[in-house]
Amino acid sequence: MFDRRLIENFDWGFLVVILLICSAGLVILYSAVTAGHDGVGVHPLFKRQIIWMVTGLCIMLASVVIDFRELDKLNLFIYTLCVGMLVAIYLFGELGGGSRRWLVIGFVRIQPSELMKIALVISLASVYSTCVSMEGLGFRDLIKPAILCLIPFGLIVNQPDLGTGLLLLLIAGSITLFVKVEKKVFFTLAGIGFSIVPLVWFVGLKAYQKDRILTFLDPDRDPLGAGYHIIQSKIAIGSGMVMGKGFLKGTQSALSFLPEQHTDFILSVLAEEWGLVGCLILLVLYLILLFWGLNIAYNCRNTFGSILAFGITIMIFWQIFINIGMVMGLMPVVGVPLPLISYGGSSVVTNMVGFGILLNISMRKFTN
Amino acid sequence: MSGLNKNVDREWIKQRLMGASLCFLMVFALLLLRLVYLQVIKGEEYRRLSKTNCVRLKSIKSSRGLIYDRNNNLLVENRPAFDLNIVLEDANPVKETVKKLASLIDVPYEDLMENITKAGKAAFYKQLTLKRDISRDQLAIVEAHKFDLPGIHIDIEPTRHYVYEKLAAHLLGYLGQINRRELESGSFPNVKTGDSIGRYGVEKSFESYLHGKGGGRQVEVDAKGRVVKVLKTVPPRSGNDLHLTLDLELQKTAEKLLGNHDGAVVAIDPSNGDVLVMASAPSFDQNDFIGGISSKKWKVLMADPGRPMNNKAIQAEYPPASTYKIVTAIAALEEKVIDGRSTFFCPGYYQFGNRRYQCWNRYGHGEINVVDALAQSCDVFFYQAGEKVGVDTLAQYATGCGLGRLTGIRLDHERRGLIPTAAWKKKRYHESWQAGETLSISIGQGFDLVTPLQMAVFIAAVGNSGTLYRPRIVKSIEDSDGNIIKSIEPEIIGGLPVSKKNLALVQKGLLKTVEGRRGTGRQIRIKGIDIAGKTGTAQVYSRKAGEKFDNTNLGRSLRDHAWFVCYAPAQAPKIAISVIIEHGEHGASVSAPIARALIKQYLERQTP
Repeated sequence: MFDRRLIENFDWGFLVVILLICSAGLVILYSAVTAGHDGVGVHPLFKRQIIWMVTGLCIMLASVVIDFRELDKLNLFIYTLCVGMLVAIYLFGELGGGSRRWLVIGFVRIQPSELMKIALVISLASVYSTCVSMEGLGFRDLIKPAILCLIPFGLIVNQPDLGTGLLLLLIAGSITLFVKVEKKVFFTLAGIGFSIVPLVWFVGLKAYQKDRILTFLDPDRDPLGAGYHIIQSKIAIGSGMVMGKGFLKGTQSALSFLPEQHTDFILSVLAEEWGLVGCLILLVLYLILLFWGLNIAYNCRNTFGSILAFGITIMIFWQIFINIGMVMGLMPVVGVPLPLISYGGSSVVTNMVGFGILLNISMRKFTN
Repeated sequence: MSGLNKNVDREWIKQRLMGASLCFLMVFALLLLRLVYLQVIKGEEYRRLSKTNCVRLKSIKSSRGLIYDRNNNLLVENRPAFDLNIVLEDANPVKETVKKLASLIDVPYEDLMENITKAGKAAFYKQLTLKRDISRDQLAIVEAHKFDLPGIHIDIEPTRHYVYEKLAAHLLGYLGQINRRELESGSFPNVKTGDSIGRYGVEKSFESYLHGKGGGRQVEVDAKGRVVKVLKTVPPRSGNDLHLTLDLELQKTAEKLLGNHDGAVVAIDPSNGDVLVMASAPSFDQNDFIGGISSKKWKVLMADPGRPMNNKAIQAEYPPASTYKIVTAIAALEEKVIDGRSTFFCPGYYQFGNRRYQCWNRYGHGEINVVDALAQSCDVFFYQAGEKVGVDTLAQYATGCGLGRLTGIRLDHERRGLIPTAAWKKKRYHESWQAGETLSISIGQGFDLVTPLQMAVFIAAVGNSGTLYRPRIVKSIEDSDGNIIKSIEPEIIGGLPVSKKNLALVQKGLLKTVEGRRGTGRQIRIKGIDIAGKTGTAQVYSRKAGEKFDNTNLGRSLRDHAWFVCYAPAQAPKIAISVIIEHGEHGASVSAPIARALIKQYLERQTP
């Protein structure tokens, strides 16, 4: 059953890139949690992140054993499971910062909206692989994907977690554009989109909701909250200059000006301590990772596999872009973690599962 | 599906992927440009800013809504308080600065250091409060030595001030600092760490209206922590003001007359349910709670046998005693067990089985009808009336009269009292109902328990011909510019289960209680005002389980509670009152005079 050819085809290069980014992540996280930590020994968050990374790597390598085409058959089951968890949040979710995002199972706290991203990518790849054509998709072909998308979107936006909800739409939209839609479909949808936005804005939203969205788009509107974080983050990044202040020598991060410096704002720690050079290295590593993913999508001889590989790559891409953009003040302040660098178990595991699937597709590129 | 394996299709997918690659490259180029802009072009500037860590946040507290009485008298306001704050980074060396400060303002060094040690390292650049609300003298000293005390700031914070010490403390409530669990619950979106929220009374119930929204400033400071430039300001938004139904002068009188007694007074406007007076004695000083009550003061309050932290008007449950005879009368009349003409004979006791149930009047009332039985509070009459009605039917009427259920006043901790039924006793004690117990509850003893507020709402309904109002304490909520945000209308919660004709009989009995020759409340007559009322003397059989006896108080704490409920003027009532004095013995002699004074004051003011 298990072909020896598979081991020969194992994508060692890709694994090396992942491990490099992971190690970089641990170095940065160490600095982020050590500064200002007056306890003895290594910070517990750092230990926990190592455990999560090892767990993630194990899951990644284990998932290589099962043929990725099984996912095609199981897609509805996986999707339903994740939507079920999102619904469960409403019933027994744990409150944090005014929204319900976490589900506590035993001793682990998981964030189902993270897992939902992978589930949606798998389902969309499965649906699109049956109807893709060179002319592009028609309206009929888009009904099912739209439903698949809107259910989790609604549930996540309601938590409320507008950022992750929009991220889900971005991923789904990119995959749809990738498999190509008919021109008239594209323009009609774009037209509807542009006309619905003002309608919702002026009729559907209450003043405080508008306010929240405006602040989301323009953090300067909230100079005591998000706007202040962005300023501090920009000071941290800029003060790193070209060469950085050196490992553990950052001052901004040491003083907890940034409330989430070990999660969403971790890039500011890298930029402050390692400077432009450090950031450049990370960006290059990410770019290699993304191109490798696209290459896997190209080499796969199975339509489902191609779309799936692209979907996972684009999922990683959006997270990188939104997170770095946000930290540098180019993007709204959203709770999107930096893949493999930010602290967070659900995020690490989700991304590792994604990479596992990519490795899987890469190994079986000749099967169709 | 397999179509894409052909060469044409591979060419197609290659094209799509090339498109994606191009997008990736462009986006990464954009990110890189931004990095270069921040780290190279503006790098020097940001490096300078990071050295002094000079962009900081200063919060501006919002002022909490004010509270007025029904005649626009200010009850609760905010006064400026001067807080002594420190920023550790600027106060180098910290210990010496704080020592100097401690000797200047004569406060123990350890007290000042408490918050600093608690905050730990993390708060190096955050402002910490050393001491809240310093005196004017201390303020003057600190100001004079400003330049010897680096990093020390004085900030003016609006602080709650209860204008009349101890007045209506239970109704108005008090504040306390928000705790971490409450902050994380997300129920207080505009409240930050260190802010105070309503913990009791109106302050708590109307928290969301009273609490404004804090503002703040993003400022740039110099190396000594002085503000060089204000970058951005978010102005605070004041909370909304409350206009209560409470009558300040009447409340003052009620509390003065309660004096050293333990007890409660509630007065209600029978035409709409407005709470004019809600007094509970002993009281406490709400100003003690501002900035956290000291544990010494708290212990004293908790140890007081008079339970000062309980609002006795809604939280204390008492046997209604003879005031309950009004309910028994209504039930008996409505169930046609008696009518206006029927009489019972009272020889001073009622023989039931092998037990004698005494009337309070050992010589007996003779042949007596319902009107006189109410006026003279004949126990024997109501033993027999209640016995014929039965426990469960009596309970139905009591519930219909608003007893044994919440009145719905917008205050926390309201108790519902207890109206027993046979089923209740079975469930609670696994015992059957004894017929003799029906006699006890017919005169409001035994299991029956009510709150003073319930009795006030009930007697108001008797006076206004049968409408039960939800007691209203806040009339309107206005923003700081005087625009009405919300007005709370009177709300009818039910009607007394009694016909006009039968209610008239009850009213006649109550009027005769005060105005009749042999009425139990005849001492409190006021010339020119007809008062209708009912006295009550609640036997204190046993104290609540767990309550400790104080030897010196033993005699007193076994004495009866004194009730008086009434409304006036009897023909068109403007005020309904319920008074209870714990261990006051006789309603007529202790509680009724308080009601009399309130009626006199209130009605004389209305018709000058």
